[in-house]
Amino acid sequence: MWTLFHKFGSPPWLYRLSGSILRWLLPITVVALVAGSVWGLLFTAPDFRQGNSYRIIYIHVPAAVVALAGYYVMAIAGAVSLIWRMKMADIAMRACAPIGAALTFIALVTGSIWGKPTWGTWWVWDARITSMLILLFLYLGVVALYEAYENKALAAKACAVLSLVGTVNIPIIYKSVDWWYSLHQPASIKFTGGSTIDPSMLYPLLFMILAFYALFTCALLLNMRAEILQREQRTAWVRALAGERGGN
Amino acid sequence: MPASAAGFCFRLVRRQLVLGLRRPVELGNPLLFFAMVVALFPLGLGPAPDTLADFAPGILWIVALLSNLLTSDAVFRSDLEDGSLEQLLLAPQPLYFSALAYVLAHWLLTGLLLGLASPVFALMLGLAPTAIPALALSLLLGTAVLSLIGGIGGALTVGLKRGGMLISLLILPFYMPVLIFGSSAVQAALNGNPAGPYLAILGALLCISIALAPLAIAAGLRISVDT
Repeated sequence: MWTLFHKFGSPPWLYRLSGSILRWLLPITVVALVAGSVWGLLFTAPDFRQGNSYRIIYIHVPAAVVALAGYYVMAIAGAVSLIWRMKMADIAMRACAPIGAALTFIALVTGSIWGKPTWGTWWVWDARITSMLILLFLYLGVVALYEAYENKALAAKACAVLSLVGTVNIPIIYKSVDWWYSLHQPASIKFTGGSTIDPSMLYPLLFMILAFYALFTCALLLNMRAEILQREQRTAWVRALAGERGGN
Repeated sequence: MPASAAGFCFRLVRRQLVLGLRRPVELGNPLLFFAMVVALFPLGLGPAPDTLADFAPGILWIVALLSNLLTSDAVFRSDLEDGSLEQLLLAPQPLYFSALAYVLAHWLLTGLLLGLASPVFALMLGLAPTAIPALALSLLLGTAVLSLIGGIGGALTVGLKRGGMLISLLILPFYMPVLIFGSSAVQAALNGNPAGPYLAILGALLCISIALAPLAIAAGLRISVDT
């Protein structure tokens, strides 16, 4: 177990491992995203009230689910880097932030596009929308803090502390926004009317959620590889790699 | 023999208070800021007493939040510059309690004064007198939570040259629950409902932040002193 642990601290090892994972995960992700979209968009019945506009659910829900999970991935990576001083965990944490921010943004934009025909407005201060907006701010805060530090090792530590503070706060923020919403106005719009989604719509949705997790993993690994190369650009193995590929 | 942690904290708080009280003008700045921003709202929203009274709980709470935010940036800055923060890190006393002492001093010099002065501003905005005790109590409890959270932001950004804007981006999301419960307490009192439950939640938030925030502040200070 400890050998594996030490291997995770080794940039070249992780670079090669991620390369071999991506070689099969990337094609699978692309196929799954295309297949899931086609399944969801073409082969499911239209909703009896919302018609075809509900189909955006196949982008909206997976993006939101993975955006939330991404914050925990970031916080766990941050905790690992603080506790065991593992350099690769820093890189993973840093790589999570922009991907998570992008997914949160996609969830907000698709939600807004979906809201227009369904609720008749682009934006509602609904509890869930508000907490997703706050999640976006949390992600962007991590990115901003990382960029503000000149010394990237310290930047990673500071971001790790911030993302851990965020983990403690996310349930509080979520709960408080929930209460705030129920205080201010009655639930005139129910986001999900119970778990009444038909299995024929549910399966493509679950499939798309898995595809988005795979997409997140691919984006994370690609991002980490770029960061590893940049950090290790002066080392022998990166130079050798560049030489192999015909660079100078 | 090193001083006990409690005695050390007490002296740390006293030192911060003495430093603060020696600059009475700086001490008044957050209150002045509060008064000025409160004066902006009638200019922006129109002077109709009804509108202002409706918005008063939210306005007062948001302004308190901003004034706390602006002072959080400076909690550790001068002590980092003159090297006393480094001495604090080297001291045998646990950094957890020292961090708590800094935050307590910060709250005594900002939040406490703001809470005590808030009834005046509330009357200027036409808030019903029945809601004023709830406002003052919620501000006293809530600004303590804000000072603790602000301390985290202050500790993480104190080593950076341009901390001001960054600290707001980092900690404003964490201020939101306090804003929700604080302004809800005032709103409840305004509508004739008991404000107690909201104050209790603010108290609970205060307990959890007293327990956890100093850990994050201590970690942040260790990082910042390294820069």
